Amino acid sequence: MTLSIRKLDKSFGGLHVTRSVSFELGRGERLALIGPNGAGKTTLVNLISGTLKPTGGDVYLDERRLTHLPQARRVRCGLARTFQITTLPPRMPVLNQIEMAIHARLGMEHRWWRPFSACREVRDEAWAVLERLGLEKAAGLAPSNLAYGEQRLVEIALALALRPEVLMLDEPMAGVPRGESRTVLRALEELPGSLSILMIEHDMDLVFSYAQRIIVLAEGRIMAEGTPEEIRRHPEVRTAYLGAKA
Amino acid sequence: MNRASIERALAPSSPARHVGIIVAVGLCGLLLPDQWPLLARIGVMALFVLSLDLVVGIAGLATLGHVAFFGMGAYTAGIVALRWSADPLVGLAAGAAAGALTAAVSGVLVLRYQGFTFLMLTVAVAQILHSLANKLRGLTGGDDGLSGFAVDPVLGIAPFDLEGKVAYLYALAVLAASYYVVKRIVDSPFGLSVQGVHQCRARMSALGTPVARQLWKMYVAAGLFAGMAGAVSAQISGIVGLDSFGFSLSAEALVMLILGGAGRLYGALVGAAIFMALHHTASSINPYHWLFVIGGLLMLIVLVPQARLAAWFRAVPRPWAAPPRAGKREAA
Repeated sequence: MTLSIRKLDKSFGGLHVTRSVSFELGRGERLALIGPNGAGKTTLVNLISGTLKPTGGDVYLDERRLTHLPQARRVRCGLARTFQITTLPPRMPVLNQIEMAIHARLGMEHRWWRPFSACREVRDEAWAVLERLGLEKAAGLAPSNLAYGEQRLVEIALALALRPEVLMLDEPMAGVPRGESRTVLRALEELPGSLSILMIEHDMDLVFSYAQRIIVLAEGRIMAEGTPEEIRRHPEVRTAYLGAKA
Repeated sequence: MNRASIERALAPSSPARHVGIIVAVGLCGLLLPDQWPLLARIGVMALFVLSLDLVVGIAGLATLGHVAFFGMGAYTAGIVALRWSADPLVGLAAGAAAGALTAAVSGVLVLRYQGFTFLMLTVAVAQILHSLANKLRGLTGGDDGLSGFAVDPVLGIAPFDLEGKVAYLYALAVLAASYYVVKRIVDSPFGLSVQGVHQCRARMSALGTPVARQLWKMYVAAGLFAGMAGAVSAQISGIVGLDSFGFSLSAEALVMLILGGAGRLYGALVGAAIFMALHHTASSINPYHWLFVIGGLLMLIVLVPQARLAAWFRAVPRPWAAPPRAGKREAA
């Protein structure tokens, strides 16, 4: 499926945060969204996922217009996201959280009589998701007892349990200590190839090695767009954002 | 630690076992014939607090208007007995329906809000019903309340007697059956997702869960059981007064829930039993100052950290207990 963003606009009162942003994300593509703080990256993800309502423009998944749908419906269309700041039920064991995501995907969350622990298929699938991310040992623990890197992995695991077509990763490496960054990185590399990924990230090494295409956002509008090589050479981006680093 | 042992550690406790304990403890009450009326009232309050736990402990919505459903259940059961059918089970079903319907209608409005706004709106709903019950004298008897209705024998065989034995067993049976259903709801995929909403609302929307609808359904379920508590209260006491819409009943139920521990279901029963028993004994010793005891106990529960309370509890020697299961410890 192709995610297409068409002339998306958002202002909060007089503050114009997103200015006519358009781009497409093809099937299986890895697209990174970079830009200085306050460029409107997270706002853009919130607009696409449906947490915020745009003041103008549209979000399409293939030919389906999602703009008027609430977030929960968009998720069911195949649009999943992770959060920049870990957003997990703090006291619920990880295994149950994954099961909850699978219930939501299968529309089982309305079943109110049989215990959640009785559905073997859901449980086996939850274990498979955890195994894929190396989280099996953490299955019985609640996020408040997990290391930060593991919490980030749970975020990704929940998104994968939804079997999305498009996955938006809002700074997956934010706050991950150096010692744990490799596990998160490996999880990102092992995401299925058919999954389209839109990633916001500040770690430029990761962005330039991971993304096939990069969009640079500044003051709410697209400043540059291209392959990592093109972005690296882009004169405006160099002066405005990458500085001497690139 | 392998999968099976993790799953075992996470498995919810069996509802049948909980109900078995409730019934066993409840039947011990038969040894205290003098206390049957009190025990029956404890059973009713336990059911009411249990339904409150669905809203406060499971869904995480602090309410002070839960009495609206209790009152609707009580008045409906009273009116049904007075005008249509004296069968207790018909009255019980009518009370449950009235509670659920009230929750369904008011929930559409109040559940749009969270925090203090929600809290105030729940109080407002209960107050509106309170004044309606006061004004509609023809239906409700106004501030005289409803009385003079008779209730047929339960299932046609067990007439309500003066000692209150049947009333107590009836209350206990309704409580045990309700507890079974409530426990199943909480341990179902639906219950799990409502607990997810409680702990992290943003996450649940991101999983595609219709958050508002899930909360509404839980609110209706809570209204249903609160309505049942009201109906049983009306049937065993034979009167329905304006106090069944009273603010203090909402507040007391909340105190009982916090006393026993919110979100654990059995905590509602323990809290109601402790509060009512204390109320009864302390107020017969000193009718003017019994609230000191309740206040002191509440301070103790709220101010002493949970971990320390648990440690004190664990320090009590328990020769009868089996050694702790290794899996459970590690998982915690």
